[in-house]
Amino acid sequence: MPDIATPGKRAGFRVGPLAGLLPFAIYTTIFLFVPAAAIVVGAFTDPESGSFTFNNLGTAFSGIYAQGFVTSIQLSVISAVVPGVLGLVIAYAVQMSGSSGLRRIVSTAAGVFANFGGVPLAFLFIAALGSSGLVVDWLKLIGFDPYEHGFSLYTFTGIAVVYLYFQIPLMVLVITPALEGLRPAWREAADNLGASAWQYWRMVGGPVLLPSFLGSLLLLFGGAFSAYATTQALTSGSLAITPIQIGGFLNGNVLSGQENVGKALGLGMILVIAAVMVVYAILQRRASKWLQ
Amino acid sequence: MHRKMWAVAVTAVAALALAACGGGTSSSSAAGGKDFSKVASLADAGGMDGLVAAAKAEGQLNVITLPDKWANYGNIMKAFSDKYGIKINSANPDGSSQDEINAVKQLKGQDRAPDVLDLGQSFAIGAAKDGILAPYKVATWDNVPADAKDADGRWLSDYGGFISIGYDPAKVPNPPTSFKDLLKPEYKNMVAINGNPTQAGAAFAAVYAAALANGGSFDNIAPGVDFFKQLKQAGNFIPVTGSPATVQSGQTPILIWWDYLQASSVQSQVPTWKIVIPSDAAYAAYYSQAINATAPHPAAARLWQEYLYSVDGQNGWLNGSARPIQLDTLVKAGTVDKAALAKLPQAPAGEVKYPTDDQQNAAKAIVSQQWAAATG
Amino acid sequence: MVAVTTPVELAVTPVRRRRRTSWGRWIILLLAAAYFLVPLYAAAEFAVSGPDGIGALTGIAGKSGFVEAFTLSLTLALVTTVITLALMVPTAIWVHLRLPRVQRLFEGITILGIVIPPVVLIVGVLQVAPATLKGTPYLLALEYAILAMPFAYRSLDAGLRAIPLTTLVEASRSLGAGWVVTIGRVLLPNLRSALLSATVLTVALVLGEYTMASLDQFETFPVWVVVYQQDDAHVSVAVSLLSLVATWVLLMLISMIDTRRLRRGKTS
Repeated sequence: MPDIATPGKRAGFRVGPLAGLLPFAIYTTIFLFVPAAAIVVGAFTDPESGSFTFNNLGTAFSGIYAQGFVTSIQLSVISAVVPGVLGLVIAYAVQMSGSSGLRRIVSTAAGVFANFGGVPLAFLFIAALGSSGLVVDWLKLIGFDPYEHGFSLYTFTGIAVVYLYFQIPLMVLVITPALEGLRPAWREAADNLGASAWQYWRMVGGPVLLPSFLGSLLLLFGGAFSAYATTQALTSGSLAITPIQIGGFLNGNVLSGQENVGKALGLGMILVIAAVMVVYAILQRRASKWLQ
Repeated sequence: MHRKMWAVAVTAVAALALAACGGGTSSSSAAGGKDFSKVASLADAGGMDGLVAAAKAEGQLNVITLPDKWANYGNIMKAFSDKYGIKINSANPDGSSQDEINAVKQLKGQDRAPDVLDLGQSFAIGAAKDGILAPYKVATWDNVPADAKDADGRWLSDYGGFISIGYDPAKVPNPPTSFKDLLKPEYKNMVAINGNPTQAGAAFAAVYAAALANGGSFDNIAPGVDFFKQLKQAGNFIPVTGSPATVQSGQTPILIWWDYLQASSVQSQVPTWKIVIPSDAAYAAYYSQAINATAPHPAAARLWQEYLYSVDGQNGWLNGSARPIQLDTLVKAGTVDKAALAKLPQAPAGEVKYPTDDQQNAAKAIVSQQWAAATG
Repeated sequence: MVAVTTPVELAVTPVRRRRRTSWGRWIILLLAAAYFLVPLYAAAEFAVSGPDGIGALTGIAGKSGFVEAFTLSLTLALVTTVITLALMVPTAIWVHLRLPRVQRLFEGITILGIVIPPVVLIVGVLQVAPATLKGTPYLLALEYAILAMPFAYRSLDAGLRAIPLTTLVEASRSLGAGWVVTIGRVLLPNLRSALLSATVLTVALVLGEYTMASLDQFETFPVWVVVYQQDDAHVSVAVSLLSLVATWVLLMLISMIDTRRLRRGKTS
């Protein structure tokens, strides 16, 4: 009976459901697609003559910029998977402790750390893990100097360690609602039926969590892929990643004729994410089959 | 329950929105009939009195990317405000020259747009080409050398300095005096520059200076990149963005930066900090001053420029250990602040040359291609 | 013999397993705490080692501009959260209910919000925004909602998967409830954890966002923090630490409001 008031919901009328997306569509068009379109158009425009060209893309996918994409993707994958797993483990540990006080502290602290970055975060780690940092000093006391053994905060490895600082909390925050969907009754039932922990996770916990877990990994990848200020402060450009290179173009240090290469790099980032989304969609489809 | 919360939230948002509708887009019009955005000289403005009156009527000045400790801007701004009673709104102190240009373009017509700009020279040239700068020749225009100003008056050099090596004598008992010295093994994990040379002017200048020290020239910056590669391989170079903060934390006991910034920003925090201009490279650069063509406070903007190019303004910069563009004139006239002059690091002998815009662009291209590979 | 011992074994094993997990759980939490707290300690130690000593930490709230900047950020956080939730909650529910095939595309669109560099977003928006809007900081809130979307969606998605959505909606609708009542009284109480998570993420995002605010020339709290980094490094580090604590206290308050509502409402 209530359905009469909303004719779009009658079965079979395909446009109707899409109409429910209208507010979202309008909003994202104005605030997301219009700026994005500026990038896409600019990527194909020659800055001097205004005509269509592939030159910007050519520059953007060669030499140091190609290297930038490779390094960015590598860093983002590592900064998605490692914190993804660690975040899940930590979130689960917090969940299982049962203490609502601990849960609140962790979720709010996670919210704070997930958005902490840039120069302040860089400084935190310089103070802790820099060549004269606190932790390094402690390690030197027991006779081990990590800098003598090839570790440096200002390299790919160091940056990955720093990225954990905001990626793990982000993971904890986004996976917790999914973990709360795992009813404790299921675990008890499995235990009573004699299932081992491994069997529980493989048959019950895993399949239920997997879609959310994959979604969280995607989010972590996106976040790491576009992170910029922290790496800039710690490496001053000696680690070539795409966001820093784009920053260089936006900061005006542009060579004539190359003003739009920054936009081409931006388009490249969108394409990488699109490719990752395709992989993600495939994985989700496999996962949902597993669920059945 | 939840509906009530939503209602409250929506009302709150609506109330806030209404309250905020005050902050607007009025473009201030000058008192009297004169359109100060067209004024191109002091004579046009009706002399100093006319300019001061109009500026006071406007009452405010918007500046951008002027940190207090940068070339003594904090004190210069205070002195200006005290003298004329004009409030200065300082936005985005950490910003770059490109941020200034973006702000001019994007905030056009807004009350918050910057009135005056302090830009790297290549940015000033580009901005003049884009037509966003207003031509204005200050009263002391003729005292500025011809190659340090735009023929039409759209920008002129303000202050500058040399690339220098700063060090903490407590951590560096054997001080370096040249780029070559920096390669010594005793400086392991100590040397840093101020940022990313593919983006930051000071870092780019450090690489250019290193090139001059290693057999390169304004046309050939590759030896500079090579120098930093060697420095990295020797283990002396730390890629971190050196700053007063990293010096204070002991992370970067040796910093390559502009001499006036080392003096005003680092020495103020670490009084024992020493600054030396490298014996094998004299690389200097001047920043440029300009007025926004669509400035919301055009009279105040022009008064600010007159102030900066007066004896007080030039000495203000000198007190920040920067070399004002009219330094020679002041010395000849005897109006220079002698105490401040004495504190400047010893300038290298001989005439200082500057790279042309084309040479700089070519050098930037090489650095963008090679920096990450050399130091990564 | 065997028949007697087996039931006893079954009863004993789960208990033993739980205790072993308990150790592991606390070690994990301890290691995590160490990783996050040690750098904070190192920074705090540096902050108070300056000439001001503890004064570096305590004198900050009094510094000029702090109150205005913090208030501006709080206002923006509130507006952004309202916009984000108002936009994402019905849309997420709609997508889950009626358009499951579009889900991946939808997620992709929200992810674009964080992949496109914020600089580009704000520059693009500033070019098309009407002058009246440009003059207010609320333009920032509108763009912040774009940044918050993927995080909000991820939380809501997890929450929506955990409840029997279709059943609840059909039951509610067949009992005669309209959409507003269905969402407001049936679905939202069951999505409490997801909503809280989305709110926390959005508020924390707004309180930490620097790039767009500084380009739009508004002195929000993170921008103020950077401006104050002009001074002494000890003070600047102290200010960063303070901003962390302030944000955290705020989030704790938000999460506690929710619990109180829970106890009073008893709607689940």
